[in-house]
Amino acid sequence: MSVVRAETVPVRVESDVVVVRQTVRQWATSLGFSLVDQTKLVTAASELARNTVVYGGGGSLTLEALEDGARRGLRLRFADEGPGIPDLALALTDGYTTGGGLGLGLSGARRLSNEFDLDSAPGKGTRVTIARWR
Amino acid sequence: MERIPILKMGPFLLVTIQVDMHDRLAMVLQDDLTSMISRTGARGVLLDISALEIVDSFIGRMISNIAAMARVLDAETVVVGMQPAVAITLVELGLSLPGVRTALNVERGMALLRDAVRRADGAGTDAGADAIAAALAGEEDDGGGDAPRGPRGAPPA
Amino acid sequence: MTSPSQARATIVPAVLERHAAELLDVWTQEQTTAGLTRGAAGDLRARSTEFLRLLQQATAETSGVGDLTAVHGAPFARVREFLGALSRQRAAEGATPSETAMFVFSLKRPLFVLLRREAADADRLADELWVATELVDRLGLLTTEAYQRGREEVIARQQQDMLELSTPVVKLWDGILALPMIGTLDSARTQVVMETLLQRIVETGAEVAIIDITGVPTVDTLTAQHLLKTVTAARLMGADCIISGIRPQIAQTIVHLGVDLADVTTKATLADAFRTALARTMQSVAPARHAR
Repeated sequence: MSVVRAETVPVRVESDVVVVRQTVRQWATSLGFSLVDQTKLVTAASELARNTVVYGGGGSLTLEALEDGARRGLRLRFADEGPGIPDLALALTDGYTTGGGLGLGLSGARRLSNEFDLDSAPGKGTRVTIARWR
Repeated sequence: MERIPILKMGPFLLVTIQVDMHDRLAMVLQDDLTSMISRTGARGVLLDISALEIVDSFIGRMISNIAAMARVLDAETVVVGMQPAVAITLVELGLSLPGVRTALNVERGMALLRDAVRRADGAGTDAGADAIAAALAGEEDDGGGDAPRGPRGAPPA
Repeated sequence: MTSPSQARATIVPAVLERHAAELLDVWTQEQTTAGLTRGAAGDLRARSTEFLRLLQQATAETSGVGDLTAVHGAPFARVREFLGALSRQRAAEGATPSETAMFVFSLKRPLFVLLRREAADADRLADELWVATELVDRLGLLTTEAYQRGREEVIARQQQDMLELSTPVVKLWDGILALPMIGTLDSARTQVVMETLLQRIVETGAEVAIIDITGVPTVDTLTAQHLLKTVTAARLMGADCIISGIRPQIAQTIVHLGVDLADVTTKATLADAFRTALARTMQSVAPARHAR
């Protein structure tokens, strides 16, 4: 598997969430994802970008176009230097929230992706990586 | 400040969301809509989201909230025009918007609201419902309300 | 276990380089005799030239460093690529696996002839022949594997076509769609069905969609959940779904799997579902009073 193209965009303020959605849409379209897959990717990105701004105090998103044989994929890495997540399993539970949301951000993004990785610890920031294959 | 316009059509309010909504805009819409319902005494809200390319948990929550708040203010809410890809994604995300009425397009949504109001008012036995029905008969000539115009023959708000 | 190729440097790379022109002539002759020119006769020589060049480079690079017959290693990347493309192309053209593999195997004899001439003594010759045999055999296996993959791609594409053909969404009545499903429902197919159905709902403005699974022998948890998601997604769009034709075994499976279909309208037969759909859309069908 190789990374064909990469780009990093800031995810600092609320209006960046809209920019993230548009950027992910452009990438997913150019990689030939179906409309349903595009929508899933953009929705997952929207959830994670909001988390990055609201809980992580801002961070960045790195987009990577993937190639594995004939397969094409898109990987999104959200990273922040915020307070981190003390209990990863709890954070991934449907309906669990510390910020007054629906608690579907992380768990929902995981369901909308083919690959999901959550790396976080108190004081160490949070890195969420998702990927979808075409 | 950017705002999503709310159109009054007879006893109903029509909101067509056509921008990629950021969270604050969604919150403002929620506030605007509830105050408009209470100010106009509107009986129904039609939320047209056919132009929305995604509905994430935040917008999903806004939709549920609008429906719940409207109900408390004695107005029905119908969400119309959700795209297939959006619907599939929303279900996958884990949201099914229970308690929110839906319709395929604005025309059907209007019919649904009309039915709901008629039922709530006791199947058109009182004069108020007749007035609403008359007002809506006028709306129907507008071609399903795809291009909303000013209310015709609507009772004064 | 050490193979002879590792014990001492082989002359195969040198032979490939020094006698490239001669080898090419004899090999293309061999291929023509074997009847391998079918389909792309004009390309035969160009193809053979290119392959020999790549093979020579790969073996020269491996020589003295590693096992010459390690065709899965990095030096052979371009050789593998070449054989992969060729085999897939041959598979698509409808060539048999033997015909495809013969491209490589027909190289054996010309190569052996050269080695016999160049080897210093009988001992050495035996070693060289062993290396050459192993090399060609492994390359042959590569082509067969690539051919297999090529066929699998063709099959996958046909399956995709079938998938789209096998999920016809039909208009039953004004505002009523039906999706008669036949055969085993796997996750991928159910997903395609779901997307097709929802798309057609938008296109036709149908208020009710009937998913008839009379022709479906079994469902698993994932499929049942997909069906449920379809119904939920349709409701979000403003359309009702009715599932009809659930067989007794499937009903049992659904309950045992703990899938909650409580919010879904289910009917025994397509006819029952149709009747319900008519009622929901406030339509009726009555028998004609006078037959002429």
